[in-house]
Amino acid sequence: MMDGDIRNNVYDDGSKDQLTDEQRIRNFNINFGPQHPAAHGVLRMVLELDGEVVERADPHIGLLHRGTEKLMESRTYLQNLPYFDRLDYVAPMNQEHAWCLAIERLTGVEVPRRGSLIRVLYSEIGRILNHLLNVTTQAMDVGALTPPLWGFEAREELMVFYERACGARLHSAYFRPGGVHQDLPPKLLDDIEEFCGRFPKLLDDIEGLLTENRIFKQRNVDICIISEEEIQQWGYSGVMVRGSGLAWDLRRAQPYECYDEFDFQIPIGKNGDCYDRYLCRMAEMRESTKIVLQCIEKLRMPENQGDVLARGKLTPPKRSDMKTSMESLIHHFKLYTEGFHVPAGEVYAAVEAPKGEFGVYLVADGTNKPYRAKIRAPGYLHLQSMDHVAKGHMLADVSAIIGTMDIVFGEVDR
Amino acid sequence: MDDTALQELAAHIELKRPDDVVSTEIAFGELTVTITAQSAASFVEFLRDDSSCLFSNLVDITAVDWPERPHRFDVVWHFLSMYRNQRIRVKAAIREEDMVPSITDIHPSANWFEREIFDMFGILFSGHPDLRRLLTDYGFRGHPLRKDFPTTGYVEVRYDEVLKRVVYEPVKLTQEYRQFDFLSPWEGAKYILPGDEKGEAK
Repeated sequence: MMDGDIRNNVYDDGSKDQLTDEQRIRNFNINFGPQHPAAHGVLRMVLELDGEVVERADPHIGLLHRGTEKLMESRTYLQNLPYFDRLDYVAPMNQEHAWCLAIERLTGVEVPRRGSLIRVLYSEIGRILNHLLNVTTQAMDVGALTPPLWGFEAREELMVFYERACGARLHSAYFRPGGVHQDLPPKLLDDIEEFCGRFPKLLDDIEGLLTENRIFKQRNVDICIISEEEIQQWGYSGVMVRGSGLAWDLRRAQPYECYDEFDFQIPIGKNGDCYDRYLCRMAEMRESTKIVLQCIEKLRMPENQGDVLARGKLTPPKRSDMKTSMESLIHHFKLYTEGFHVPAGEVYAAVEAPKGEFGVYLVADGTNKPYRAKIRAPGYLHLQSMDHVAKGHMLADVSAIIGTMDIVFGEVDR
Repeated sequence: MDDTALQELAAHIELKRPDDVVSTEIAFGELTVTITAQSAASFVEFLRDDSSCLFSNLVDITAVDWPERPHRFDVVWHFLSMYRNQRIRVKAAIREEDMVPSITDIHPSANWFEREIFDMFGILFSGHPDLRRLLTDYGFRGHPLRKDFPTTGYVEVRYDEVLKRVVYEPVKLTQEYRQFDFLSPWEGAKYILPGDEKGEAK
């Protein structure tokens, strides 16, 4: 007797059908999370199961909602910058980048060459940070324990690079409107270069653990297949698009900063399943390493020395100027109390964050505070298609799907 | 991005949908098309299917609150065309009591965006399959992103040892929420500086 026929024979009192000798079977609802380690944060998902097959998935989000957009309306543009670190806390600087780009577009500020190169350098470090976490924890969700241990060691080193640039491991507040906060010491560049020299070896090791691993392949191949049509319907971006064979990358398609002068490939998948997305992420880390090395080379060129901030109304004066110049001192005081004014207008600035297209829609009214700032997080759109992609998969695949969608609740809930 | 391509696109849209488009504007290299709210669904469908638009990716939907305007809210849609590598912003002004046609049938990804706008601004979308609150607490009251909603909110929660459950209470602040206004009094501040009112009296 087919499984569908069982459910048509409904008997409320639990009595048996004489013909089929079957009892009434009811779908089973479970709460996935909010404390589930594979939920990658505070996700409560109501799953309706038919045996072990997912019939319906209803994600309840907002458990980490902190009202970022509301808070931003009562703070100055500069004070709002650290909020972006707290969105996707896995790759903080990429978020700051979008905010800085939005302000720079409205004010028409040109970022100095060196500042721009440092931004690219740290955006790519952020991408490696993110993909390391995602690939390895997704592997953990499907049963592997060693990859996160290896990956987190490298993440630790990368976060030390964060710390050496800005003083904080996670909440960096390093990118500022008009450039970056401080120049990098030469020794730091040497150390990043040294890291990039041995990092591909670690990637080889992780690939050695996972790529041909039988369990890993069983859990990921042909799971959560995304077609081109679904990409359009659900507004996917980032690796979710590239894993399905579309070479869509904002760094290439709509270049911002100085990405157009770097030599890198855009890895794409073929089947659009979890496994292809894993391969894409691994390849992207290698490409990011290449960009980082090119950045370091460019940063050492004599023509790329100089200031890292566009000195003007948006940025503080040099410390040495403040000792001698009255105007600099006043400017410094005004900048950190009143903040700078952004001309009225509206702009949407997007960057290719590691998780996909991260955008900021900024409405400015000419004062020192944003009138409205909308944060467009890639994970938000990925997660909302959960019901669509999880339907028909097994319960155990749900954690693999959450992992491959690369969801971090900081940016989904805002 | 190139402005001439956007101008051509704007002219094309205006030509094809003269009844829907109120105005078009190109600023900061972005095209903004203002439409009438009632035509939102059909206009979005046109943007998706027209061969020279192909805005098949919904990027974002949001709203902006302008309490002093009679048409209080702006609903803003952002679309992306991966095929033509273009972006477009569509805007519609609505009154507080107006409904906006839902575009979930055209773009399934609009679902959560519309729920979020309903949650945050209280704007209703007609034809939305499941217009529940999304980000705020179960049983939350009010619409936080409206300008007249206080940043502190109205209720606070704590765990009550006696009742052995989480209780909701009106917000009690030992110190008033500090909204710093550092706008220069010579440039933008709308209030009278403390002490200045005495000068007027003379």
